[in-house]
Amino acid sequence: MIRATNLSKYYGGKRALGPVSFEIGDGETVGFLGLNGAGKTTALRILACDLRPSSGSIEVGGVDAVADPHEVRKRIGFLPENPPLYVDMTVADYLRFAAELRGMSKAEITKRLPDVLDVTDLTDVASEVIGTLSHGFRQRVGVGQAIVHNPKFLILDEPTRGLDPVQIVEMRTLIHDLKQHHTVLISSHILTEISQTCDRLLVLGKGQLLGSGSEADLVGKESDIREVSVTLRLPKDGDHAAATSVLKAVEGVSAVAAPFEQGGGMTFTLSTSRDCRAEVSRAVVTAKLDLLKLDYARSELENTFIRLVGGTDASN
Amino acid sequence: MRAISIIYRRELGAYLRSPLGWVVAAALLLVDGILFQSQAMAGELLSAEVLEKYFWSTSGVTMFMAVVLSGRLISEDRQNHSMILLNTSPVRDSEIVVGKFLSALTFLAIMLLLSVYMPLLIKVNGKVTGSQIFVGYLGLFLLGGAVIAIGVFASSLTKHQLVAYVIAAAITTSLLLLFQLSTRLDEPLRSGFSQLDLWWIHFQNGFMRGVVNVRDVVYYLAVTYVFLLLAVKTLEAKRWQ
Repeated sequence: MIRATNLSKYYGGKRALGPVSFEIGDGETVGFLGLNGAGKTTALRILACDLRPSSGSIEVGGVDAVADPHEVRKRIGFLPENPPLYVDMTVADYLRFAAELRGMSKAEITKRLPDVLDVTDLTDVASEVIGTLSHGFRQRVGVGQAIVHNPKFLILDEPTRGLDPVQIVEMRTLIHDLKQHHTVLISSHILTEISQTCDRLLVLGKGQLLGSGSEADLVGKESDIREVSVTLRLPKDGDHAAATSVLKAVEGVSAVAAPFEQGGGMTFTLSTSRDCRAEVSRAVVTAKLDLLKLDYARSELENTFIRLVGGTDASN
Repeated sequence: MRAISIIYRRELGAYLRSPLGWVVAAALLLVDGILFQSQAMAGELLSAEVLEKYFWSTSGVTMFMAVVLSGRLISEDRQNHSMILLNTSPVRDSEIVVGKFLSALTFLAIMLLLSVYMPLLIKVNGKVTGSQIFVGYLGLFLLGGAVIAIGVFASSLTKHQLVAYVIAAAITTSLLLLFQLSTRLDEPLRSGFSQLDLWWIHFQNGFMRGVVNVRDVVYYLAVTYVFLLLAVKTLEAKRWQ
């Protein structure tokens, strides 16, 4: 288990994190969610014993990470935002070097290396120099160094950053495989990535812990606030104002934003206090307007995230 | 010790794999050869004077090369983000510093060994002893080690290699000018500053002339220790920043 209590970090006089407290149980996959500058990387670097906290305490597997960082480092594998690679080395030599640094014997490395190359799908490039590899492969090498010593806790900071769509899917599959054997902590500001991968989310904003729980928990807590988007085909001389009045009159709709063209019609964004998609569809049909699309303006998690981190900042 | 050995082997391998190591080695041998030809072999001199002149010029080249070899050691890791691998492994900051220092020192020693043919030519054709040559090289090794330690410290301060080179060169030059500065001071500052000088007192008056003074050996070891310690403390401090 990882237990952080009143953890904070200052860079000079500027507070980057905290105080925050949280617990991560064995076998969990937890996502650190937040905008850029929210304190995710700082939190993960402290957990990986790369940085020391300004105050507070961290226990990793019952060991105090501030008092005995050496012992904690043996139990943790860390993939930072930029993979810590030596580009002049071959993939196999680099992984061997990383394993030696973590205290593995030559025999252990010889036994473990083929498994790591297999899991990260690097077997074919094992003898290639890292500097000649693509970004996606380098990211995999970064994951390789993090898992080579088979750590109990795996910390991945923005693991899909800079990857193309195919590589993102491959990385997601890799993380799903890693979840079977490690307690995994992932940071990201990409909601879909986090929601598809993690059991539980910790939402950070301006260094503070804004929310914690499963996606269902977080959405449930914020479920009274939603946005619905409606796309209508209006007559050529159609009046936006008439359509807006129809939508405004629906029970539960508190405001209608100025419409914009989308998907061959005009899209209206409605602020609602509850899920009123059924009422909206009925009102539109009654007013003899053509309904092209009706949905949440954002996913429920996105809405929750934006509410938690402060609304308009997030939507930018 | 195990971690030192792992980091040492990687860094030494990096010198041998990268063009920098070979360029530095070729440059040292080329400049040494040119200086040997133009300075030491110019005019009619006693063989002992030729050897002194050789060590005089080689010591300058050695200091320059030591700065070039060491300035990258930690700053490059920071720039390439590979420092995080070391920082998050069960390795002490002192082991990182010592492993990197020893790799640069070993590479410098290899380069110095490759230049031994020049003093051996003097020995073959003149009347210098093997111990004079050995003492001169011992001095170069200690001097080079001290400057590498300065470079490692400079490298620990910044992630920009160029800045690290400038800081290392500035510290080395300052220590080289202490003797000149001391001539303008009164006692006891005069002797204090002159004893801290990196080259005039401890190399020129000792090793260069084939004389081993314990105080010179202790001085170079102390400079090496102090700057390596400063590098370790800098790495530790950066984790708290």
